[in-house]
Amino acid sequence: MENQAIIEAEGLTKKYGHQIVVNHLNLQIREGEVFGFLGPNGAGKTTTLLMFLGLTEPTSGKVSVIGFDPTRDPFHVKEKVGYLPENVGFYDDMDARQNLQYIARLNRIPDKISGGRIDESLKVVDLIEEVGKKVGTYSKGMRQRLGIAEVLIKEPKLIFLDEPTIGLDPDGTNRMLDLIHSLSREKNITIFLSSHLLDQVQRICDRVGIMIKGNLVAMGPIEELAKKKLGVDKEDYTLEEIYMKYFKEA
Amino acid sequence: MHGIFTIFRKEMEDHFSSIRFLLISALIVMVGVIIASMVGMGIQEESKGMAKPTFLFLWLFTSTGKLFSFVQFIGFFGPLIGIFLGFDSINRERVSRTLSKLLSQPIYRDSVINAKFLAGVAIIAIVLVAIVLIISGLGIRLIGVVPGSEEVFRLVIYLIASILYIAFWLGISILFSVIFRSTATSALASLAVWIFFSFFLGLGAGFMADAVAPIGQSGTGVDPSAVIKHEQVQRTISLFSPMTLYNDATTTILDPLRKTTRSLILMGPMERLSLSRFQSPLPLLQSLFIVIPHLVSLVAISFLCFGICYLVFMRQEIRTV
Ligand SMILES: Nc1ncnc2c1ncn2[C@@H]1O[C@H](COP(=O)(O)OP(=O)(O)O)[C@@H](O)[C@H]1O
Ligand SMILES: [Mg+2]
Repeated sequence: MENQAIIEAEGLTKKYGHQIVVNHLNLQIREGEVFGFLGPNGAGKTTTLLMFLGLTEPTSGKVSVIGFDPTRDPFHVKEKVGYLPENVGFYDDMDARQNLQYIARLNRIPDKISGGRIDESLKVVDLIEEVGKKVGTYSKGMRQRLGIAEVLIKEPKLIFLDEPTIGLDPDGTNRMLDLIHSLSREKNITIFLSSHLLDQVQRICDRVGIMIKGNLVAMGPIEELAKKKLGVDKEDYTLEEIYMKYFKEA
Repeated sequence: MHGIFTIFRKEMEDHFSSIRFLLISALIVMVGVIIASMVGMGIQEESKGMAKPTFLFLWLFTSTGKLFSFVQFIGFFGPLIGIFLGFDSINRERVSRTLSKLLSQPIYRDSVINAKFLAGVAIIAIVLVAIVLIISGLGIRLIGVVPGSEEVFRLVIYLIASILYIAFWLGISILFSVIFRSTATSALASLAVWIFFSFFLGLGAGFMADAVAPIGQSGTGVDPSAVIKHEQVQRTISLFSPMTLYNDATTTILDPLRKTTRSLILMGPMERLSLSRFQSPLPLLQSLFIVIPHLVSLVAISFLCFGICYLVFMRQEIRTV
């Protein structure tokens, strides 16, 4: 694993009116890691992701994503960074291939090349059998996996996933997590995922950050956070317990 | 540029495969063909054995026949075409949660709104050109007159004015689709603006004129200067209506015997006299001079409307909550 920072945020702040949604966020994500950005609803996770992509302007502070400033140069960031929004939508009256084809064209990938890539990414997410069906007929889990396939089309270095397991049944959740994990290991893609379902994502994250009411209250490998908050002797800690401790203090 | 082209292409494909587009074209073709056949057959009857009057061909579009003329039909129905094509263009993507995905691709944000607007204008142009060609073909068969170059030129200007006019309404409806999250709300808001301009502005102009320049019923009769003032106020107000701009422009350009967009009441006596004495058609260039201010105003309001739409969209939070 390399140690170069692929995301760097310094004093990143977002206010909506007087409400501070993200408060002086300092963060460094290394290339190749799986980072879990955790916190309850309304903590400011989505807002942070949108600032990383240049889809929302920060009120103050600095960000750099894959070496570009997303506020000034969103174009270059979006070229190499994939983003799966929470509850991603598709053009329901088109089939999977047509949906991905459109995204490929928007990424200026010639049709000759995109055809192969589309098949390949649909295989990765195990949807190649369903390719001819209208996306409107897909189940929630299939849609979410199609979202991953769509993000893979541009062969990203870094992927942002906003609540990737929300609304999935336990089976679908496990499948999704395995898929994310394999992207990190096999394709060496850096993953930055947000979630409020802590116990679910902890098994695939190298490091986590805990965000509460706009403040990043803790960051590090889960074992380290457990040591700090729960004492060394505790064996079977869960992230939930660590998180509850921070939550009570906030 | 690449982004615009890709989105434009998808929007065109969407339009062509939509039931909405099918209904609009079917309705226009149906009404256009019925009107043109009726008018064409009427002309055929009347002009039997007579020398063909000049600009007979344009009558196909301007003659009201038993119902209304094609030009009147587009003046009334055109706004609805624009509204149907645009009222859900942005908020549909919001509701289906594809907008944030679209904007996270390497495209400039304005490509989305530009491409959607351009695709709408292209569809409008295609539909209008097609129906004018259909009517012309029908007319040539029915009345046996081939349009001269001047008539063709007048039709082209008519087409440009119509595309601008409908594009204005497209802009209005896209604006509402940016502002409102629900497609039902944006459709209703667009219709409300349409109703305001087509019915209430005329009424309102009358009321305003009554208030600003009342025509007193004194014992000696009506004071002519008051009548003129009343008329001027009413016209000035209704010039704010795109309908008035469009109707004035198109009737002048397609009816060369009309020499002014002003109503009779505003003309001086000599002007009125010359109008009735010299019934020769106005040369094309003169017609153009009369309608150019109208065309410029149409361009201006369409651009203004799209400009507002553009600014609102560029400044908007894209998050789909
Ligand atoms: N456009 C907006 N205007 C005002 N407040 C907003 C806006 N978007 C988000 N917020 C507020 O910002 C806070 C953080 O939201 P969000 O980043 O979506 O949280 P999370 O993704 O962690 O659930 C919430 O309290 C939300 O109400
Ligand atoms: Mg969120």
